[in-house]
Amino acid sequence: MMKKLFSLIVLLLSFTAVFAQNGADIEMADTLRSSGKIYVVVATLAIIFVGLAIYLFSIDKRLKKIENEK
Amino acid sequence: MKFMYQTWWKVLAVLLVLTTIIAGFLIQVPRLPIVHETIRNTFFHVPMWMAMFIVFIISVVYSIKYLRSADPKHDLIAVECVNVGVFFFVLGLITGMIWARNTWGEYWSNDPKQNSAAIAFLLYCAYLVLRNAIDEEQKRARISAIYNIFAFPVMIVLIMVLPRMTDSLHPGNGGNPAFSKITDNNVRMILYVGFIAWSLMAVWIATLRYRIRLIEYKQNSLD
Repeated sequence: MMKKLFSLIVLLLSFTAVFAQNGADIEMADTLRSSGKIYVVVATLAIIFVGLAIYLFSIDKRLKKIENEK
Repeated sequence: MKFMYQTWWKVLAVLLVLTTIIAGFLIQVPRLPIVHETIRNTFFHVPMWMAMFIVFIISVVYSIKYLRSADPKHDLIAVECVNVGVFFFVLGLITGMIWARNTWGEYWSNDPKQNSAAIAFLLYCAYLVLRNAIDEEQKRARISAIYNIFAFPVMIVLIMVLPRMTDSLHPGNGGNPAFSKITDNNVRMILYVGFIAWSLMAVWIATLRYRIRLIEYKQNSLD
């Protein structure tokens, strides 16, 4: 029983090892991610987008003003 | 119509786009050959098309409404929705071309979906040209409304149906595995958030353009 269980665990572990190998072959931007530099890019993009959104809101506000004048 | 002047859905749109930007760059994506890290383009390229579909649908709805009511406001909504839709169309085409350069090797590889998207683009350009060609206001509104109602199903067939019946490089077309087969739930969830986010953004921009257009229209009719 113990032997069977042991071999099953070994088999499963070897499967995960093979699985990981499969993925690791494919080139991804792992260094960028692990060094944390990706956060700089995300922060930049988020700030640009929020800026544009504020711009849109201000257009919305000014339009509302003009519409109310009429 | 009150919906147009409310703020909550605009804030929601901004928050959802922010979610896709942050999560889109940071979540784990499946390691796939060919696309590699560019699979993250899914979160930004595909929602452009969804945003386009949504504003085009709204445009058709208001074209039909115009034919029933002859209210010039409905015509103005229809045309501004097409304007914004064409803008997102261009964004979708350009982002798709950049992505294609990296994965399929060329900006334009005459992929059926690329070609029919280009034809559909011309179809909507023709709508805008047609509008400018007719001087009389009511005639212009009526003819362009009818054109719009016919153009929409043709666009759907060109982009959604025909490429699926031949061999296209896009996922889910021809012999290619469907999108859901090659991605995991995380990717799809962010993609759906992106669909809602960018659709709301497109609708927002369309309402802004419509409101400006309405003021112009009222001014012109006073002169």
